[in-house]
Amino acid sequence: MRDLLKYLKDYKKECVFAPLFKALEAGFELIVPLVIAHMIDDGIPADDGKLIVRCGLLLIVLGFVGFASAVIAQYFAAKAAVGFSTKLRHDLFERSLRFSFSKIDEIGTSTLLTRLTSDVSSVQAGVNMVLRLFLRSPYIVLGATIMAFFIDLKSALIFVVLIVVLFLIVFFLAYSNIGLLEKAQQKLDAVTASVRENLSGTRVIRAFCRQEERRQDFAGKNRELFLAQKKAGVRSALLNPITYVIINLFIVRLVRIGAVQVGNGVLTAGQVIALYNYMSQILIELIKFANLLITVNKALSGGRRISAVLAMQDPDETGLTAGTEKTDTNDEKEAQAPAISFEHVSMKYHETADEVLSDIDFQIKMGETLGIIGGTGAGKSTLAHLIPGFYPVTKGRVLVNGSDVREQDQKELTSLVGIAMQKPVLFSGTIADNLRLGNPGAEEEELLQAVRLSCCEEVLKEHGGLNAEVLQGGKNFSGGQRQRLCIARALVKNPSILILDDSFSALDYVTDRKLREHLRELKDITVIMISQRTVSIQDCDHILVLDDGRMAGFGTHEELLENCNVYRQIYHSQGRDKEGEGGRS
Amino acid sequence: MSMHLYGYMPSGKVFDNDRNIKKSHVIRRVLSEEKKYLPLLILSFLLAVSTVTFTLLLPIRIGNAIDMICERDFSSVFYRCLIHCAILALLAGISQYLMNLINNHVVYNSVLHIREAAFLRLQKFPLSYIDSHAGGDLLSRLTSDAEQFADGLLMGFTQLFTGVITIAGTLIFMFSMNVAITLIVVVVTPLSIFVARFISKHTYDMFRVQSAQRGEQTALADEMLSNAKVVKAYGQEEKVLRDFDRINDELQKSSLKALFFSSLTNPSTRFVNNIVYALVACIGAVAVYTESSVLFGSLSVGILTAFLSYANQYMKPFNDITSVITELQNAIACAARVFEVIDDETFENETDAPLEMPVVSGDVELDHIDFSYIKGQDLIRDLNVCVKNGMKVAIVGPTGCGKTTLINLLMRFYDPDAGKILIDQTDIASYTLNDSRRLFGMVLQDTWLFDGTVRENILFGKPDATEEEMIEAAKLSHAHSFIRRLKDGYDTQIGEDGEMLSQGQRQLLCITRLMLNKPPMLILDEATSSIDTRTEIRIQQAFRTLMENKTAFIVAHRLSTIRDADLILVMKGGTIIEQGTHESLMKQNGFYAELYRLA
Repeated sequence: MRDLLKYLKDYKKECVFAPLFKALEAGFELIVPLVIAHMIDDGIPADDGKLIVRCGLLLIVLGFVGFASAVIAQYFAAKAAVGFSTKLRHDLFERSLRFSFSKIDEIGTSTLLTRLTSDVSSVQAGVNMVLRLFLRSPYIVLGATIMAFFIDLKSALIFVVLIVVLFLIVFFLAYSNIGLLEKAQQKLDAVTASVRENLSGTRVIRAFCRQEERRQDFAGKNRELFLAQKKAGVRSALLNPITYVIINLFIVRLVRIGAVQVGNGVLTAGQVIALYNYMSQILIELIKFANLLITVNKALSGGRRISAVLAMQDPDETGLTAGTEKTDTNDEKEAQAPAISFEHVSMKYHETADEVLSDIDFQIKMGETLGIIGGTGAGKSTLAHLIPGFYPVTKGRVLVNGSDVREQDQKELTSLVGIAMQKPVLFSGTIADNLRLGNPGAEEEELLQAVRLSCCEEVLKEHGGLNAEVLQGGKNFSGGQRQRLCIARALVKNPSILILDDSFSALDYVTDRKLREHLRELKDITVIMISQRTVSIQDCDHILVLDDGRMAGFGTHEELLENCNVYRQIYHSQGRDKEGEGGRS
Repeated sequence: MSMHLYGYMPSGKVFDNDRNIKKSHVIRRVLSEEKKYLPLLILSFLLAVSTVTFTLLLPIRIGNAIDMICERDFSSVFYRCLIHCAILALLAGISQYLMNLINNHVVYNSVLHIREAAFLRLQKFPLSYIDSHAGGDLLSRLTSDAEQFADGLLMGFTQLFTGVITIAGTLIFMFSMNVAITLIVVVVTPLSIFVARFISKHTYDMFRVQSAQRGEQTALADEMLSNAKVVKAYGQEEKVLRDFDRINDELQKSSLKALFFSSLTNPSTRFVNNIVYALVACIGAVAVYTESSVLFGSLSVGILTAFLSYANQYMKPFNDITSVITELQNAIACAARVFEVIDDETFENETDAPLEMPVVSGDVELDHIDFSYIKGQDLIRDLNVCVKNGMKVAIVGPTGCGKTTLINLLMRFYDPDAGKILIDQTDIASYTLNDSRRLFGMVLQDTWLFDGTVRENILFGKPDATEEEMIEAAKLSHAHSFIRRLKDGYDTQIGEDGEMLSQGQRQLLCITRLMLNKPPMLILDEATSSIDTRTEIRIQQAFRTLMENKTAFIVAHRLSTIRDADLILVMKGGTIIEQGTHESLMKQNGFYAELYRLA
């Protein structure tokens, strides 16, 4: 939490001046009752018109100077708060980009997004309010009390009692209210989740005719929210009336004591009025202060959540890469070494979890193709993600061009590997923007070449060329279209290793086949294809069969058919039995 | 739902918001919603009146006491006066508290009902409505918009009522005490309103710029963080961060402007207030010592004190009202968005006077169906299919050929533009929507599970099933073994959208749901695309048992499924270009044969 303070470092001046000028403004306000007392005690009885007008002018001057100090204070406070949040957002976003894949899996996008948006906003509001008000209220409250001491010791003691009583009540109410508000917020989150779920599941819910049950479920959550809000509301409804009553009872007491003191000749009527005015000022400030506590608490909990993210341990954190140009490092050692080699690799996602991959050991040479096949959860994607070093291995080594991926420069490694992920993701922008993601300098010809190789010509035709717009999430493209564009994007990068993670699953057989033919044209590029369909990978130089994280077989299609039971089963289940209809071309 | 659909849809449509025309309409709408709380609102208003009255009487009584101090009159009258003050303070406090309670009750109750009504409305929208509106937009209407509406309404009731009454009350009290000074107050105060108006008018634009930039930044962060893995795989972190910083810097400038200028409101109005205060003090003091002048009338010190405290109180509601009006405007904008959902007239086409659903044998006939998602852009033209009871129908064809549309029509998610769907020779449109949907068990490409336990999700289609039935179904779908291994077995919480499970496991649960439900007919949309082949073999055996004597429509990519089908519908460009069995189609040597040979 404290670590967030460093974001105010560049705004030291502002952080000092904002409260200082606020204090100044408060100071001017505290003089006002004294001026009024002077008017009443000295001006009125003496029929001194000039004195009264002078006092009036003084009041106006005080008002103006107060206004000027307030403006300065507001400016400094706003500047510090906004500067603070801008830096914080930058660091938070940068940190999020640095997180390793394992960390990203662990935290989740929506959490990061909330930290970046609403949490930062509430922290900004908190900083702003603290600089402006957190010191102003105590100034006024203390200042008024001190002024009271100057006027009359006996009456001032009432101020002390009042402040203690009010602080206790305000703190108790504000504090207990904060807990209730947080509870209400949780209920609101539950209602939001429920609505989201029901929107995304509309078809299934209607197919099973379960609208009524879902409505009742929602109504229950909605009702809980209602009760929580109402409870918080009842509590906060108490704050204003209670402070009002208490302060006025104290005013009555003050006037009574004042009367005695006036009777004893210790006080003048004007001084009693000044004391009364001070007490009224305290009332206004305390109520402001109570509301401020809620804002500050919100900011504090937002701040705690943000600093938890910033302080998160991530041993595999990466640097920022803008890796674009491929470095031509074709020294001898690399040319001879296998392009990819796994040496008894095991991997688990968490220390406590089971191994996702166990003892994987194989090599492939530069320019060869590797097919990976296996069931859901067999570890296919995990294996592919080890090649660009997305996750750390638990045992063994993964080598690319002869050197351990954990020791290679992340930037260089990233530039070597082109990957089309299982979930085909497009970014908003144009098709060309998307294709250039890994290679911003790519010429249009290169783009068109990749488009042709990945069978995207008709996609371009349908959407209107390279400059066609892509909506967020690429939702104006079908699943198959997105898969092909992602392959094209990986190709534009001009990688020496191309990984296609189940990139054919949404393609029909015709396109699937055409694409594979195109890929065969590629020379000097190591291709790794992951698939559930034997037909998609049977032409690969090597096929790796994964079964529950273990290597069930490694060889060519024919070899595996002969000696790998798992592979045979998969093959036959897909209707590729002896008849071999449709066969291999 | 399959993404193919969106190819034909104007995606992410946002409602038109013609604010100026609609504002008064929305206010009327809100008022009509609050009508049932009229007695409570009247009570709340009366309490506001009494709160203000007590609050305004208090300074006068204190002024009286001060006058007595000035005259050194410490008789029992003085003490009675003080007791009056205490009683007035208590009464003001109590009536304010009661008013707050009533306002709370009204506001939270109305928002409870509004949300419920909106949810109910959501369930009755036709699928076309939900498909064509951005999900996030509908979501925020039911949640954050409703929330802000409640906040604004509460502030409105609490502060607007008292604010207006305080201003009126203060004026009345002040005029009754001294006309001349009151006139000065009345003349000068509009200045403060003017200043506040001026500031809020100028900051409005700044806030708009700020929220537009904030929206842009959130969209960028959302997109990049949800796809952080791709960003990293392509080494684009620096570029993305640069994009982010560009917006961030803009946002810094606009936020500073908006925050600073909007925070000028309070000091400015306070400044005007101080001038009024000085004037009242000055003129009041003169009026006191001149005893009684033609110009200023007469005044005592105590009443001057009361006046000064009024001058303070009189300004406060102006400040409050300005901020309340901003809040209220926001609340009305939010209310407009919520009510737009509630008052929408598009309903799912429910059948009037529906027939009772007989026991269905499972003949399905599509009779001259025309269909389009967008008027004028025909997708399906004159589609005719005849499926006999118990047949397994495979639908094949290239992406976007209308396979998913067929499911939309069978499930009555969409209605055909022309033609009929007949089940056992009866038009499906003569049954209720629910009855016709119960005929089909459906597994879609995108699995959907809700935040609950495994058990709750399996029982979704048949809540009254016994434990044995459930486990039996799970065994049939081969989900039992993985469920048993979960932390709490069948009682494991699966998280929002089943995030604790793998895609394959999610799909297995969806299939289990169907196994338990045993619908008379089946619709499977690439149901097994994410399940590994070996599990799939077992599932398909189970499906075969399930499908025995049942009509089933399968959108499948797998040759084994297709070859075993009793009828293959080959779709292309929205129509069925070939239909028959595998053998007859191969013999025909047309599009299907070409597809098959290429595969």
